[in-house]
Amino acid sequence: MSLQQKYSKEIKQILSKYPPEYKRSAVMPILHLVQKDEGHISKESMQEIAALLDITETEVASVVGFYTLYQEKKAGKYRMQICTDLPCALRGADDFFKQVCDHLNVKDGETTEDGLVTVEHVMCLAGCDRAPMFQEQGPDGIKYHEYMTIERVDEWLQSLKQLEAGEKR
Amino acid sequence: MSHILLRHREIPDLHKFSVYKKNGGFSAFKKAVTKMAPSQVTDEVKNSGLRGRGGAGFPTGMKWSFIDKNIWPHYVVANADESEPGTFKDREIMESNPFQFLEGLAIASYAVGANVAYVYLRGEFWQIAEAMDKQIAEMEEAGLLGDKLFGTDYSLRIYTHLGAGAYICGEETALLESLEGKRGQPRNRPPFPAVAGLFGKPTVINNVETFTNVPMIIENGADWYKGIGTPDAAGVKIYSLSGRVRKPGNYELPFGSTFRQLIYEYGGGVQDSRPVKAIMPAGASSSIIVANDKVLDTPIDYAAVKTMGADLGSASVIVLDDTVDLKWVISKTLKFFKHESCGKCTPCREGTFWMNNISKRMQQGDSLKNEDVDLLLNVAKQMQGKCLCALGEFSTMAVVTGIERFPQEFNRA
Repeated sequence: MSLQQKYSKEIKQILSKYPPEYKRSAVMPILHLVQKDEGHISKESMQEIAALLDITETEVASVVGFYTLYQEKKAGKYRMQICTDLPCALRGADDFFKQVCDHLNVKDGETTEDGLVTVEHVMCLAGCDRAPMFQEQGPDGIKYHEYMTIERVDEWLQSLKQLEAGEKR
Repeated sequence: MSHILLRHREIPDLHKFSVYKKNGGFSAFKKAVTKMAPSQVTDEVKNSGLRGRGGAGFPTGMKWSFIDKNIWPHYVVANADESEPGTFKDREIMESNPFQFLEGLAIASYAVGANVAYVYLRGEFWQIAEAMDKQIAEMEEAGLLGDKLFGTDYSLRIYTHLGAGAYICGEETALLESLEGKRGQPRNRPPFPAVAGLFGKPTVINNVETFTNVPMIIENGADWYKGIGTPDAAGVKIYSLSGRVRKPGNYELPFGSTFRQLIYEYGGGVQDSRPVKAIMPAGASSSIIVANDKVLDTPIDYAAVKTMGADLGSASVIVLDDTVDLKWVISKTLKFFKHESCGKCTPCREGTFWMNNISKRMQQGDSLKNEDVDLLLNVAKQMQGKCLCALGEFSTMAVVTGIERFPQEFNRA
């Protein structure tokens, strides 16, 4: 199904925010829709968005490439994006990152064997007072998880696994 | 003193429309639209002494008065991109006192004659944006947004727009590019946004915290606001306190408070009772201040922090204790700026890349090489004054001040 069919209501609502002659502004919100549902932005989606907004495919690709929340490659269903910037690192984020990698048996940027979680380190997320913290990027959009410990990461992983089991049933 | 911005700390559930309304909400917007001319609103803000809270500290009312009245339509944009490492104040405002921010945005829009305003939120603030869409809908239902407000001819709509992870979009012209659906790369200035901003039209851009001050200023008057703070900086400021303190968090204090009050009275002191070695008052972009009694006890405003050899910026105060290695601090800030450089101008794109490489080498090597320190300083100084926007300049701050003010940590003592 084409994006326009799949998201006709959302796209109409997004376009209504901007002057008709500047519909290019809709490129980022539409990319967010695709990213959320598909976990990455495919070349086909970029082509469709370009046609929809009367811009070139290259222009869409340049936006996708510029912003870190648009992923060109598929990865785990959930991305666990841990902030290791200065304020978080002053509160143990580097150690936390290592612990998580060891615990899940992955390196930076790798995905767990079951394909559920990709671990990566990211820049400041405005959660410096609640470090260690990470954001979850996945089918539910973006959520913050703060005041983190390995125990709390495990609780989070369990809840994801339960969700998965429920969906498969 | 009770809070002016973080009022939710005294009033539970202030993020709910009914609670905000019951506590005097939207009366300032109504007063502005029904009883004041747009220029009177701008004058009131001008007279209040309010300065922009995003980092530059530019007088807010003056910024509004610069908007070109010969070109229409006008736009107002709220900068909710909050991405400076160490800054998390706008997030608390939008999570817990969102209507005061939206009311301030609405008043500003009236003052400059804008019928459309955008809130540009960093993409990570996904949940905040979802909540804000609902809050905007509630205001529309209550007749506070939409056509012919309060029976006048004034109309206003507010829309949210999510970024997608790019620090540079906090720079106002990069933000505008992003809002127009492009890569967030800063524009050449002039023309300034007040003349050619969003969609090429006159635009006022302010930080979330700046707007959040406005309803109280309109409600209580410029003199009331001016009576708080110092002659250099009127009113209150939210300090995002992070790093090696016992109680990191946001603290709203009048200008003229001291770092000692902030760190010890509010922040509960330093972890493990270590001494404060250094303070970065403006996040990762900050010059590094050597902490001593004089620095700790100086009443803070924009001018006072300048005398310490730094800028107050958005007041994201990162505290470093005596266990923190300055070489490591610099490696962290450089990694950040190398990642966030937009790539548009050569000094920043190349400079942050090479500084990061040298700094990584300094971190990994067994012995610190003097020529690496010289080279790092050399690259940093070559960048200063040559970058298109402030990002490149910011990336050199911790490097230059770190090496010059803590020479012993770089074998230069």
